Amino acid sequence: MKLSRRDFIKANAATAAAAAAGIALPGVSSANAAEDGIRWDKGVCRFCGTGCGVLLGVKGGQMVATQGDPDAPVNKGLNCIKGYFLSKIMYGADRLTKPLLRGKGGKFDKASNEWSEISWDQAYDIMAEKWKAAIDPNDPKGATKVGMFGSGQWTIWEGYAASKFMKAGLRSNNIDPNARHCMASAVGAFMRAFGIDEPMGCYDDLEHADAFVLWGANMAEMHPILWSRLTDTRLTKKGCEVHVLSTFEHRSFELADNGMIFTPQTDLAIANYIANYILTNNAQSDDFLSKHVNLTKTVTDIGYGLRPEHPLEKAKTGKGGKLTKITMAEYKEAVSKYTLEYTTKLSGVPAAQLERLAKVYADPKKKVMSLWTMGMNQHTRGVWINGLVYNIHLMMGKISEPGNGPFSLTGQPSACGTAREVGTFAHRLPADLVVKNKAHRAAAEKIWKVPVGVIPPKPGYHAVLHHRMLKDGKLNAYWVMCTNNMQAAPNMNEEGLPGYRNPKNFIVVSDPYFTVTAQAADLVLPTAMWMEKEGAYGNAERRTQFWRQQVKPQGESKSDIMQLVEFSKRFKLSDVWSKENIAASGYPADKSLYEVLFANGQVDKFPKQDIVDGSGNKYDNEEMDKFGFYLQKGMYEEYRRFQFEGPKPGHEMADFDTYHKVRGQRWPVIDGKETLWRFREGYDPHVKKGEGVKFYGKPDGKANIIFAPYEPAAESPDKDFPYWLSTGRVLEHWHTGSMTNRVPELHRAYPNAKLYMHPDDAKAQGFKRGDAVKLSTRRGELETRVETRGRNKPPKGLVYIPFFDAGQLVNKLTLDATDPLSKETDYKKCACKVEKA
Amino acid sequence: MSKSIPSRAQGSGSSRRQFLADSARTACGVGVFGLGLGLYANSAKSKPATALRPPGAGLEKDFLGSCIRCGLCVRDCPWGTLRLSELGDDVSVGTPYFVAREVPCEMCDDIPCVPACPTGALDQALTNIDDARMGLAVLIDQEACLNFLGLRCDVCYRVCPVIDKAITLERLHNFRTNKHTMFIPTVHSDHCTGCGKCERSCVLPTAAIRVLPHKLAKGKIGEHYRLGWKEKEKKGEALVKGIVDTPDRLPSTLPNGVGGGGQ
Repeated sequence: MKLSRRDFIKANAATAAAAAAGIALPGVSSANAAEDGIRWDKGVCRFCGTGCGVLLGVKGGQMVATQGDPDAPVNKGLNCIKGYFLSKIMYGADRLTKPLLRGKGGKFDKASNEWSEISWDQAYDIMAEKWKAAIDPNDPKGATKVGMFGSGQWTIWEGYAASKFMKAGLRSNNIDPNARHCMASAVGAFMRAFGIDEPMGCYDDLEHADAFVLWGANMAEMHPILWSRLTDTRLTKKGCEVHVLSTFEHRSFELADNGMIFTPQTDLAIANYIANYILTNNAQSDDFLSKHVNLTKTVTDIGYGLRPEHPLEKAKTGKGGKLTKITMAEYKEAVSKYTLEYTTKLSGVPAAQLERLAKVYADPKKKVMSLWTMGMNQHTRGVWINGLVYNIHLMMGKISEPGNGPFSLTGQPSACGTAREVGTFAHRLPADLVVKNKAHRAAAEKIWKVPVGVIPPKPGYHAVLHHRMLKDGKLNAYWVMCTNNMQAAPNMNEEGLPGYRNPKNFIVVSDPYFTVTAQAADLVLPTAMWMEKEGAYGNAERRTQFWRQQVKPQGESKSDIMQLVEFSKRFKLSDVWSKENIAASGYPADKSLYEVLFANGQVDKFPKQDIVDGSGNKYDNEEMDKFGFYLQKGMYEEYRRFQFEGPKPGHEMADFDTYHKVRGQRWPVIDGKETLWRFREGYDPHVKKGEGVKFYGKPDGKANIIFAPYEPAAESPDKDFPYWLSTGRVLEHWHTGSMTNRVPELHRAYPNAKLYMHPDDAKAQGFKRGDAVKLSTRRGELETRVETRGRNKPPKGLVYIPFFDAGQLVNKLTLDATDPLSKETDYKKCACKVEKA
Repeated sequence: MSKSIPSRAQGSGSSRRQFLADSARTACGVGVFGLGLGLYANSAKSKPATALRPPGAGLEKDFLGSCIRCGLCVRDCPWGTLRLSELGDDVSVGTPYFVAREVPCEMCDDIPCVPACPTGALDQALTNIDDARMGLAVLIDQEACLNFLGLRCDVCYRVCPVIDKAITLERLHNFRTNKHTMFIPTVHSDHCTGCGKCERSCVLPTAAIRVLPHKLAKGKIGEHYRLGWKEKEKKGEALVKGIVDTPDRLPSTLPNGVGGGGQ
């Protein structure tokens, strides 16, 4: 009866909606194109990792409109509300247009609160002075006192250029991206289980799956367009069900058939319970396990990534992530502790709901897609919990085929394409290579035309260590690009701010806007953004998408890549390399880094050309005009050599020109064909006929099941700080809000952060809805307002606050506890209290 | 901590569904509405459709009769929502009102404006703000609403203090893309307080959802007709007893459940 009523409503509204949609979308926009003289070209959304295709409307040198690309496979013309406002993000009233130096009259003064406008030459001069002072070319460890903090919002060639400049140029591995805060745990777990990064499946799984399990992702708000695809499958496929796990009720629960609130950190137990359920019911795929899987366990009690003197670090008994092979009997024994009774008690999820979840995974006929983002990645046991979910898929063989697979979503437009794939992490090199491996370094050095021994073998400082080392005075010349890390990094009061303001340090921030990070810097460089440069992003399903430069940079702003390449001109080899390095290279000691890294006969081999689209429209390319060659193409084609000549196959991409003609392609791209599902014969070109499934990232072609137990969080509520504090996002704003808060409509829609709290907790403390309160932890406090209604419904004992609001710096409160394996911070769990302001 | 969240398949999930069934659905056609607006504007010049009264104000005629224009409710509004009309404001001079698009009602737990009223123009029995009916949100322009076009805006839904009750998102298959869902914001009059957060937050240059006085926003179903499925649900069984369904004659080779359909 319910169904028929619902169908009736659907039928009625669908008629109205279809009529409205049909008239409004294609009709109006094509008319505009013809009548308004707007030039339309293809591009990618600037926000999350979904990678919605957009068309960019430019008129009179200004981006005047955008539209969802109706033919883009991801979004078919749709956008979320942030994507709807793309055309406004470049035009905030306070765009930076000139370099700004801390101090009066163009003279640097670390203690000053004033800024003076300087020229780019002056900016590079003072940077070169500070960098050279921090670099000892003969230090065998490389340049450990310089560092760079980058971004999953960098274009592919920007990240690649930064990685090359730091690792091969300055000889420093102290480069790390903001993606460390975002999906480093997913990376760590992919490497441990499969030996190769990124999801095996793709967005098509959203249509193929019979059941979806959200393990710490509020897709309804954070991946709105993918959520509308998932919802459509739930709506149209008989028997489809949606399971949602979270520490508080959020918008994705609206669709949940089985919504589960668990006590923070007990997801570790829940995943092990599911494994236990499968094994005790003998539901596992013995065939898949015997052919394609190794059973292992990981070292336990590994600490919380805090400073070494912290009591928790002193108390730990284990270290690192070494895997030990175990037998099936040992694995069964290990998970046997996680009974339904034990797990229910620990997690607080009712037994019937847990069992229902386990049954979905254990049913060989149900295709299951597991999805997650920050709930599982921002976790002091992030690599473990990622792995525990892979365990479930691997023991059932539910992986690497349409509708079956674990899928880690990304929050940034190029967390995959840039941060992960081109090696911007402190321990990585392009195409999944690592600095620790001598053969990998040698491969990179060969492609980069630098002598063996230039790339330091030791991984550099990761994101959280950056701030600790700045504070300790061990990192002194520091460049932040394309990210707002003062607002986004944890424990700002105790680490980030003292680090930036340490008188020993010189901090440079490249950004289009005067962000919180820029305000804490010493030199701020005005930066061309998004469509003010030619670019490329790689989304969460391995899809690489290119765009042409649409408009001129504003004022004197320059793209990140132009800043990097220009800055390289300020260094001679003798400034950065040892005598041995220089001798081995055969280059003259006064050769500039620009000539070695960029104008090296390889990157500059594509001459200046007209950039023209299929309709004959011409496009600018500032970098080409500046350097006299096609820099982006040269960088990309050099990077591509890593994919074909490097020691790790599986990352192959198409050539540069192809991507300007397609709506993205999912790698590996071989013989012009993209790959939708990896590791399975017929879908993946690296799996030969007769092999069936092959996890070729591992030498024996087998993936690892990795047992890891439940261990408690770094900081839990207690008498003094009685609530769990969880932080995150809202749909209207993206990350730190530096773009979306400059769109008046989005600001109006969600102007300030508020503290979501259970009504009973608020009542017990005498708070009325909307009351001003002081939210504090052991590290800091801020003033906010109580919200007991609305989109998020925390359980008693937990509060939630978004971090987009520069007026409420939530990361003054968070703890810099990180996963010791992935070094990713747990932004979802620390202890706080709430008092009347 | 309370752990269990009822799912759609369980208790309160279906009761949310039931709001749908019980509610008057207010997403109405633009054309018909426009006509109504015009007539109303002509006949009630003292108060434009956009001006809303404080919580507990009741019928406009009664409110105007008992409001002594003292301004105490305005003084006690902590959010600056309420204002007193001035000459030329198009609202009966000196009476309290608010404009949702500018400053909506924040739905204070203790409703300070109501006890401030010395005359009972604001109903003193109103102690739960969820019972306030300042107006009714109406998704007035389905052509401009981004969600009706398939986009994922739904800001009006997420900012609603009575989310999932006063506004729900009805899910429809997007026949154009064939793989996305359209989330249609749907207002339910039995829960909408008329606070105006949705109108305030609508990202369009002109709001597609607006709060209107009930008189303008509501239709009424004829008393001579009852909704059979609702009546049956209310009673918990068929209204007419003793009716049987006889079996259909079907070839025995058909698998179970195929053909027939008497039930």
